[in-house]
Amino acid sequence: MTEFEPKIIAFVCNWCTYAGADLTGTSRIKYAQNVKIVRFPCTGRIDFMLLLKSFGEGADGIIVSGCHPNDCHYTSGNFHARRRWIMFRGLLDMLGIDVRRIQYSWVSAAEGAKWADIVNSTVNTIRELGPYTEYEKVAGYLEKEAKQ
Amino acid sequence: MSKIGVFICHCGENINATVDCARVAKTAGELEGVEYSIDYKYMCSDPGQTLIKQAIKEKGLTGVVVGSCSPRMHEPTFRKACQEAGLNPFMCEMANLREHCSWVHDKNEATTQKAIDLVRTLVEKVKLNKPLYSIKVPVTKTALVIGGGIAGIQASLDIANAGHQVILVEKDPSIGGHMSQLSETFPTLDCSQCILTPRMVEVAQHPNIKLLTYAELEKLEGSIGNFKATIRKKAKSIDENLCNGCGTCTTKCPTKKIPSEFNTGLGTRTAIYVPFPQAVPNKPVIDKENCSYYQKGKCKVCEKVCPTGAIRFDQEDELVEIEVGAVVIATGFNIMQPSEFPEYGYGKYKDVITGLQFERLASASGPTLGEIRRPSDGKIPEKIVFVACAGSRDPAKGIPYCSKICCMYTAKHAMLYQHKVHHGKSYIFYMDIRAAGKNYEEFVRRAIVDDEVNYIRGRVSKIYEENGKLIVRGVDTLLNAKPVEIEADMVVLASAAIANPGAEELAQKMHVSYDSYHFFSEAHPKLKPVETNTAGIFLAGACQAPKDIPETVSQASGAASKAIILFSKDELSRDPLIAVVNRSPAPVFSTCVGCFMCASACPYQAIGEELITNRQGKVIKKVAKVNPGLCQGCGTCVAFCRSKSIDIQGYSNEQMCAEVVALLNND
Repeated sequence: MTEFEPKIIAFVCNWCTYAGADLTGTSRIKYAQNVKIVRFPCTGRIDFMLLLKSFGEGADGIIVSGCHPNDCHYTSGNFHARRRWIMFRGLLDMLGIDVRRIQYSWVSAAEGAKWADIVNSTVNTIRELGPYTEYEKVAGYLEKEAKQ
Repeated sequence: MSKIGVFICHCGENINATVDCARVAKTAGELEGVEYSIDYKYMCSDPGQTLIKQAIKEKGLTGVVVGSCSPRMHEPTFRKACQEAGLNPFMCEMANLREHCSWVHDKNEATTQKAIDLVRTLVEKVKLNKPLYSIKVPVTKTALVIGGGIAGIQASLDIANAGHQVILVEKDPSIGGHMSQLSETFPTLDCSQCILTPRMVEVAQHPNIKLLTYAELEKLEGSIGNFKATIRKKAKSIDENLCNGCGTCTTKCPTKKIPSEFNTGLGTRTAIYVPFPQAVPNKPVIDKENCSYYQKGKCKVCEKVCPTGAIRFDQEDELVEIEVGAVVIATGFNIMQPSEFPEYGYGKYKDVITGLQFERLASASGPTLGEIRRPSDGKIPEKIVFVACAGSRDPAKGIPYCSKICCMYTAKHAMLYQHKVHHGKSYIFYMDIRAAGKNYEEFVRRAIVDDEVNYIRGRVSKIYEENGKLIVRGVDTLLNAKPVEIEADMVVLASAAIANPGAEELAQKMHVSYDSYHFFSEAHPKLKPVETNTAGIFLAGACQAPKDIPETVSQASGAASKAIILFSKDELSRDPLIAVVNRSPAPVFSTCVGCFMCASACPYQAIGEELITNRQGKVIKKVAKVNPGLCQGCGTCVAFCRSKSIDIQGYSNEQMCAEVVALLNND
């Protein structure tokens, strides 16, 4: 059996983390291929329903990352995102999602190395946690319910 | 049906070395909706761009995905190329195959697979892209400058000299601000009024500047390029056209004992007054609070003596509406009243004064005509103590910040004192000497070395009177924290610079943000120091944070140039990546339910209300509406909206969802 390769999706803001990940590239710092980035204008734009959608579509882990507090290009978008995350985190348990599957972090445009670290550590964490299957269980259960 | 073109760039060997570009292009070509795909060595080169342009024309492409470097690098290049080929530039997206893939991974199957995934994701996104057009906003080429201190004066002159109209509003009867109260200025010791008053006169005579003194902003509506301001012109009780500024009224007015604001209470003025001899405009106003006629109904001496009959007791406040395209806030600062420090005895002992009062004492136009005489008995003080950081850097007093100007002006005060009272002794209690600035440190050194000012590093704990002397108790931390006691004749407190009392209210009127000290907040602490969060409103001077004169003038010129840039075109053109509230046919009109969660989340006050009415004019529904002139496109409102009625162009809910689905379904 080949080793489990987690699918990880990263929601990042355009101004800090996307630029930080660009810097990782220009600095040629290597990291795992498992993480793929979706660009948002601001972490404040990230609708957390998209996180649930991602798990539904087969993601094993998620990274959300934006500007450090007080560095937001739009002044307060990251604060809104942080508040939303605090609320959302509390619901994860109820939803049957291990909170460790979501990595919430700040990466500035100057932190190319930090981005690589976050990617690698998240990949390792998710590798240890194994594939995310709870959703499939629920989906299977719902299907069965629907048939009856 | 979409006809997408996919263009994969090798970037020389930068991408091709680890990603199999040919295979990425081939696989992308098999995706649904992809009409054409190709890989090329340098897509950003002229032949590369021509490749894209030709394909758009020949294949009739409806969307373009370029798989190359970061969009932060070449997005404008490729969007421009699309536009030149007749495709809407916002129908072009970029997949970041270099910074996010080839440069960070080794050459193997997974790297190529990731590149394919990234391209597929953007193909799915671009399918949902809609043609967008830059937003055009007409510009009114008139600036409103609020505050007539040195910041407002500088900003007004700069804008007016660029050929634009300026309306300068000042709340006091004269422009000039705090700078007109200063004696000499550091680090050159040149007379403040000598350098300021020519500027004041220039403002008054400039054909492009309309000066409204004794006036305040009442209301500000609208947005960048098109503000509508309401100004309250307070009743001056004189007819400015008739008054020739002869000054007879001010000499004859019987109410003479009113503490002069300009002389910080050290001198007096009459009820009808000109704040200071060089005032601009040099025409008096009647202070209704102190005028016998207004208070007791009797007097009218000024009316009797006025040779031109300019006194108007029945004059009322007037509201003027003006249309402006940009606003410069230059309302300045205030100083903390040290009566909040009972330990320093300010208010209790007449000879404990503030730095600003000392400026008036040292000023040639001041109440003592420039002689340093103590307020209590008019004697020349033999020993004088200056207390730096009176309030500043003291979290216990609510002012943890450094007021920035005090170190320098305290050194200047001590120097001026030594120049005027040669046998006198001066002491400065300080925490740190902060003299960062051109020739500043040298200036402080001069005070210490040439003028023999005694600097004592430590704070003052108590000031009390004993046998006609002010006993200043403090500590010298450089001498093993030894207590020090000085018998002084006068004490000067360098009290903290604070925001104006009306700053918070003004900020709310203009919808600009302010910090916890009520100083106005800049849009970005480093890169947008003169802009506010509200587009078209700029900051100049100490209303943003304590500043000295050179810094204030620089910032004022910066704010002015921002306004001039705004006025350089007849129309503003903005990126259309902004939020919009959906509209649908009757009877729904919009799925917006009018909860206005979006408005509370918006950092730019860009969301307002719109009333949807029927033909009879009856309101059917109240919904949110985004002001395209203000929205910056952060999308925070989108994530907040409970009914998914507000969406952001270019990053719509549909597009983001399509990206997520495409990215994760790669099996």
